[in-house]
Amino acid sequence: MPSPMRIRAASKDGITEVRILMNHEMETGQRKDSAGKVIPAWFIQEVKASLNGKEVLQAQWGPSISKNPYFAFKIKGGKAGDAVSVTWLDNRGETRTDEAKVT
Amino acid sequence: MLRAGSGAGVVAALAAAGFFAPGEALAAWAKDAFEGKSVADAMKAMGATASGASGDVQIVASDIAENGAVVPIQAISKAANTQQIAIMVEKNPNVLAAIFDVGPDVLPDFTTRIKMGETSNVTVLVKADGKFLTATKEIKVTLGGCGG
Repeated sequence: MPSPMRIRAASKDGITEVRILMNHEMETGQRKDSAGKVIPAWFIQEVKASLNGKEVLQAQWGPSISKNPYFAFKIKGGKAGDAVSVTWLDNRGETRTDEAKVT
Repeated sequence: MLRAGSGAGVVAALAAAGFFAPGEALAAWAKDAFEGKSVADAMKAMGATASGASGDVQIVASDIAENGAVVPIQAISKAANTQQIAIMVEKNPNVLAAIFDVGPDVLPDFTTRIKMGETSNVTVLVKADGKFLTATKEIKVTLGGCGG
């Protein structure tokens, strides 16, 4: 079971800034272990976000995103109490969804 | 500029790369673009066969990254009708780091942290109004982020 994300969503002047910290190895598939075997790639490929259940963002990632990814974006609109939901899907098919209230 | 005769092929290539796929299922990951080994390959896979540098594309990042494993980068587009923003690292084994779809509900302004194996140009590609615009910035890396 993947670890939870930390999501902060703050509304100001009609813009909701969402900041996310995800827990993920983001293994590139380029590295080798001590025995010289290539460590298989394992990384988040897709990220989606929604505001009050309506999808507002889709992103596609490669393994060049840093381990334990940080991601920030800005939603037009949104107000205190609204629900921001974020979902990621990795190349092993594992997925994680977390939600936060806009402050 | 695209010639009329090549239009259908370009559209097919864009669709294949997932570049035209906001709202599509998660299976839309742009494999060809992410496997591109050069900026030219990745851009071609994203359908950006013609692009030009533009002041409407901004890269906010420090000139020197002490740790290549964690390089903060902000990609901003000021171009009207921005549809997509991509971040590419020229000298990474796979150059494409991320593609962000800019729907009607978000600003074309994304911040993340990327890995850089060595000092490299970082290019942000913006698709706006069907055209491709770029900005490039060199980021010096003192400690690489992709070593074993």
